[in-house]
Amino acid sequence: MQRIDATGYMIAMQRFANPANFLKLATRLTPFAAAIAFILLAVGSYLALFVAPPDYQQGDTVRIMFVHVPAAWMTTFCFGVMAAASAVGLIWGHPVAYVAAKATAPVGAAFTVMALVTGALWGQPMWGTWWVWDARLTSVLIQLFIYLGYMALWNAIEDPVRGAKATAIFALVGAVNLPIIKFSVEWWNTLHQPASIARVEGPAIHSSILTPLLIMLAGFTVFYIWLLLVRMRQEILARRIRTLQLARTRKLQVGEAG
Amino acid sequence: MAEFFAMGGFAAFVWPAWATVIILMAAIALASLRRLRQTEATLTALESGASIKTDIT
Repeated sequence: MQRIDATGYMIAMQRFANPANFLKLATRLTPFAAAIAFILLAVGSYLALFVAPPDYQQGDTVRIMFVHVPAAWMTTFCFGVMAAASAVGLIWGHPVAYVAAKATAPVGAAFTVMALVTGALWGQPMWGTWWVWDARLTSVLIQLFIYLGYMALWNAIEDPVRGAKATAIFALVGAVNLPIIKFSVEWWNTLHQPASIARVEGPAIHSSILTPLLIMLAGFTVFYIWLLLVRMRQEILARRIRTLQLARTRKLQVGEAG
Repeated sequence: MAEFFAMGGFAAFVWPAWATVIILMAAIALASLRRLRQTEATLTALESGASIKTDIT
């Protein structure tokens, strides 16, 4: 029984890993992802700005949290996706996995910039400073450099096959920073507050603030999925163009020789 | 309404934070969509064979 399930799963994965099949599926899913992301972000923003009460200590600055926490969540989530996709690419050689990792990088970098900027804008009124060189803030800044380094490596290697492997190894090494970001608020003294949702004891936030935050988290995540579909479709089509052009130049060269 | 925009005196921090997020998300979404449309157009032209002549010359 177990074996049949595993085989069925492998066959499904193989079909999914085929760029042509993936392209068809992605094209069909794109509008649904767009609609769900739009609704979640619209509802979440409305609740965050108009319905959620101001915090009794932080006042209305707490409304920065509704964009800061999802952006910071996506900073680590996107790189987690890149590391996992890179591992799948290296182990099973699925071309679509490499495409997913490559398509995610600029999105993750953008979310990291959002997390850093909104964090500074929250830090100034609450801590009295835009920036401190503490573990949480510094590890997130390093994450931005890891994203940029990954993108630079893709640009530096011309052969896409070799580029895919080199960047995948880079992503796996870079993933070391993810637990450092996560546990930085526990391992070191910091101004940054510790985790308040993902706690063993359950969330430490009242539902009037937790509900909009969770909707925003879901909205950011589905927005990323939509962007991923769009960017992966572009990448797969761009590769098809490259293959077509290569084939044409070869034909031309053969023609000239004959 | 004025009270809403004042954000309890923190308008100078709350609104730039939201603006940064909205602008960056819109920018990367529009850029990605535009690149997809351009790539689709190039591929259609290539596959229809219309650009073979221009490729040679």
